[in-house]
Amino acid sequence: MTRMLKTTYVFVILALLVAPLVVVAAVSLNGPQTLRFPPVDPSLRWYGELFRQDEWLVPLRHSLVIAACAAALAVAVALPLALFAWQRRGPAVRVLAGIGLAPFALPPVISALGFMIFWMTLGGYGRIWATIVSHGIFLVTLPFVTVSLGLKGIDKSLIEAARVMGAGRWNVFRTVLLPLLVPYIVSGYAFAFVLSLNEYIIAYMVAGFTVETLPIKIFNALRYGYTPILAVVSVIFAVLSALIFGLIGRFGNLPRLLGAERSNRD
Amino acid sequence: MSDEVTHAATPRWLGLWPAAMLCLFFLVPFCIMLAVSVAHRDVSGFYEWGFEPDSYARFLSAFFGKVMAVSLSVSLAAAAICVALGFPFTVFLASMGHRTQTRILVVLLSVLALSEVIIGFSLSTLLSRTAGVGNLFHWFGLVSDPRAYTPSLFALVTGLCYIGFPFAVLVLYPPVSRLDPEIVEAARVMGASGPRAFFGVIVPNLRGAIVGAFILVFVFTLGSYLLPQLLGRSEHWTLSVHITDQAIYQSNLPFAAAMSVFLMLVALALVGLASLAGRDRGAA
Repeated sequence: MTRMLKTTYVFVILALLVAPLVVVAAVSLNGPQTLRFPPVDPSLRWYGELFRQDEWLVPLRHSLVIAACAAALAVAVALPLALFAWQRRGPAVRVLAGIGLAPFALPPVISALGFMIFWMTLGGYGRIWATIVSHGIFLVTLPFVTVSLGLKGIDKSLIEAARVMGAGRWNVFRTVLLPLLVPYIVSGYAFAFVLSLNEYIIAYMVAGFTVETLPIKIFNALRYGYTPILAVVSVIFAVLSALIFGLIGRFGNLPRLLGAERSNRD
Repeated sequence: MSDEVTHAATPRWLGLWPAAMLCLFFLVPFCIMLAVSVAHRDVSGFYEWGFEPDSYARFLSAFFGKVMAVSLSVSLAAAAICVALGFPFTVFLASMGHRTQTRILVVLLSVLALSEVIIGFSLSTLLSRTAGVGNLFHWFGLVSDPRAYTPSLFALVTGLCYIGFPFAVLVLYPPVSRLDPEIVEAARVMGASGPRAFFGVIVPNLRGAIVGAFILVFVFTLGSYLLPQLLGRSEHWTLSVHITDQAIYQSNLPFAAAMSVFLMLVALALVGLASLAGRDRGAA
């Protein structure tokens, strides 16, 4: 009985979290230009409409390019940082690791304003690459945390054995470390990709008037009245995030990735 | 260096690239922002380097005191609700099978990753007159006319809880899932009831993690920028909204920077508190 109560509690909360998305998904099916629930004249009209309108396709392309490049940059900075912090001690290492974690401990508006003033002072304000670099640095924390978690699970005597047997560092990295780390690198990339896709304030303050991303486009569109296209875009974003995390959960050990130590596969 | 490093897999220069990137693109912007916060505002829209406390002084007005009070109290309320709902949720979640846990975590991560714009839009739809709960209540005959529940303080706090809840659960999840189930079993064998074991054994053991989660959700929701605009009224605008407003629409960068520095100090103080609490026994 108590077990059932616990399960009910968990599922009621999940239902509350999913409810707004269900309503939005239903609203996206409205035939006419209205946000009614239940939908009037259900059709997929607005899904087709989205892919015909440049004003939505351009921000979609911006968002995807920025997310793909920014996540790659985040991994490119986070991987050596995690490897460096893994075997070394000392204040310099701690400070560096601290900076790697900092963007997520502060309200993002602070980083956003910092980036905005930085690019205004040095040039680059309003350019797509400024957004990419800003997102990449801001999201470093995610691959840094996942790769560090992967490294924690590696037996150091394995590395030592390889080194004693005469393997160079590059060989050890390529043949021992990298294969063990790939799942953590991939999930770190995926986390950064999804968060960059949905990030608003930094993208807005660094290049919002010239490089519109989808969240910025949605917010601007909201000011001029609500249309079912907004619901369509929201549905696509939610499905894309769920798909990416679902794949991580399918092919990786998600509870482990999120820090559960005792969770083994059934 | 010690023996440990002799056979290290990583060369020392490996740290140079991330150090250079983080310094150039994270620390330098920060320092420039600090410098701008004491710069002189140029009415034409930019600033001249200088050293004056005007922007900070302006912040010490009744108006911004009220903004700060609103920001802090809505975030405190949201953090309290998130942790109160999220803690039992996490404990129950951690006791489930691997596959169920994975599926629930996928849902939580997907909600966590959702853009604030989409959350704001979804909730304002859900709380609207034509497509939301108001409509539903009318349908059930609970109210005579469908009504909208947004914009309002209620809608804003609901939105903040929505973004804060998955965050609270994910922060609590590692320490909760590492808690040895045997200590709970021991309590049960000794005759403690379920709720008694929960409040007498689980909660005290994870006190540090609970305080940590509370403060992190608090800081996280304090930074919310879009929800106050989408779900609240203008008197519910938080400090983040005012910072952006000053930076972009009022073109007053020194003042925006001064407010950011202040917000950062508040956030840092709280994160410091969180890590102190986290050092408590049995915590993360």
